Amino acid sequence: MLLRALPRFGSRRSLHVFERNFMVYRSQWIMLVSGFFEPLFYLLSIGIGLNHLVGPLPVNGRLVSYAAFVAPGMLATSAMNGAVIDSIFNTFFRLKISHAYEAVLSTPLDVADVALGEVWWALTRATAYAASFIICMVLLGDAGSSWVVLCWPAAILTSLTFSCLGLAACTYLRSWQDFDTVALVQLPLFLFSATFFPISLYPHWLGALVAFSPLYQSAALLRGLSLGQFEWIMLMRVAYLVALAIAGITLAARRFQRILAP
Amino acid sequence: MASDYVLEAHDLVKRFGEFSAVKGVSFSIERGESFGFLGPNGAGKTSTMRMISAVSQPSSGTLSIFSLDPRTQGPEIRGRLGVVPQEDTLELELSVRHNLEMFGRYFDLPRKVLRERATELLEFAQLSERANDKVENLSGGMKRRLTIARALINRPELLILDEPTTGLDPQARHLLWERLYRLKREGVTQIITTHYMDEAEQLCDRLVVMDHGTIVAHGAPRELIVQHSTREVVELRFGTDSHEDRHLQLAPYAQRVEVLPDRVLLYVNEGDDTLRQLHAIGVVPTSALVRRSSLEDVFLRLTGRTLVD
Repeated sequence: MLLRALPRFGSRRSLHVFERNFMVYRSQWIMLVSGFFEPLFYLLSIGIGLNHLVGPLPVNGRLVSYAAFVAPGMLATSAMNGAVIDSIFNTFFRLKISHAYEAVLSTPLDVADVALGEVWWALTRATAYAASFIICMVLLGDAGSSWVVLCWPAAILTSLTFSCLGLAACTYLRSWQDFDTVALVQLPLFLFSATFFPISLYPHWLGALVAFSPLYQSAALLRGLSLGQFEWIMLMRVAYLVALAIAGITLAARRFQRILAP
Repeated sequence: MASDYVLEAHDLVKRFGEFSAVKGVSFSIERGESFGFLGPNGAGKTSTMRMISAVSQPSSGTLSIFSLDPRTQGPEIRGRLGVVPQEDTLELELSVRHNLEMFGRYFDLPRKVLRERATELLEFAQLSERANDKVENLSGGMKRRLTIARALINRPELLILDEPTTGLDPQARHLLWERLYRLKREGVTQIITTHYMDEAEQLCDRLVVMDHGTIVAHGAPRELIVQHSTREVVELRFGTDSHEDRHLQLAPYAQRVEVLPDRVLLYVNEGDDTLRQLHAIGVVPTSALVRRSSLEDVFLRLTGRTLVD
């Protein structure tokens, strides 16, 4: 579905972009490892720390420990942060600082291959990180039910959505100064997306606004899956994340084309 | 017939919205030759390079590279090209050797082949000792050499070099020229843009001069000098503030007189004869220099002395 959204399909050659990223990260293994420690930091600090201060919460009529409530929200946040750092920072560097993409386009690869290659990479990273996060959740007893396994694909979808949005966003950045704008979007998303408290605490109008946040949609989806509470609205949440991913990658591919091969 | 030419461009146009960067240029490049593009900044050279590298599409006109159509066969064409961009586009996070090997992977070359080729090319670029260093730590000249070595990883039939020696010191430039000669001997067709006229005279069999998006002259460097300039140039200085009033006085003794703020240029065939004639009528400059006409004279004649940016 995502592939069809690209102006041209992209080809098998897009895998070389993946290969390139792998080669770079191999020499920066500390970054990869930090990605695996991140969930532990989240779960230990916010989960365990606040769990002692905040009592169990009712979620759809079931009483849930705060750690079990907050863990899916942290999973969503971690997926967002990983995707944003990778797609915005690293892509920006290659697009506008080192101009490495220009070199790639003088080879048989074209813009669609580059965009697709970055998506492959984002997916792979997301798959590994989400798995390690969910394993930590289970080990720390923060999984609400055995349905937590479904959080895996849902977290990957979250990463994908934010990667695609990040790819599009980074084409609008002009210099490192513009990264303040990224933080300006990312921080309120994190604070107001009902990731660490229920959305019902908000006044109605604010709750309606928060519903547009992809991070909220992801957190709500992951929470439902982790607790094994299935609702029809979850399909809507999936559809929303997929739609944003398609919009993001379509815009990104078009912008890449304009910047790299005008 | 078409196979004699590596590249044929007819009436190429590149528009960006209202602005036309390239306004209908035509040229053909033969196999094995070195072909130059000269022109001031903004003349449309880089836009032309992007089109003939099969990266950006012409707005109109026809372009055939290796008798293939870049609109539909871009990947095949780019697979047989080597491109040295104006600015280094190396992977700063990778080592020197990995830059070469990774770049080769984009051409679907097997890793084993690439290890061998990278070793050869490191030798070629005199970078063998720096193979495992990060690119960030290289000097400007080394980065440039690496960029050229990288463009050769797929053994290209056509090498496109956009200002290959800009910013290099004379040693590095001469080393590069020597390398480009070597490639030419091996039969690699080269397309070169440059600001340095001596470089164009050294490297190019034929060249075109571009200005404001069109080709204003084409030919071999010597031909262009014969066509657009005289054999010699006499440079006179008079040690006065203004040379303006000299124009009328000197005009009869040269094919063309150019008055510059600090000196007067006389375009003539025999500089020494002219100097003698001037002496005879009592013109005594504080300094006089007779030199052969260069491509730079042609270039300035055709594109003007006004600063373009």
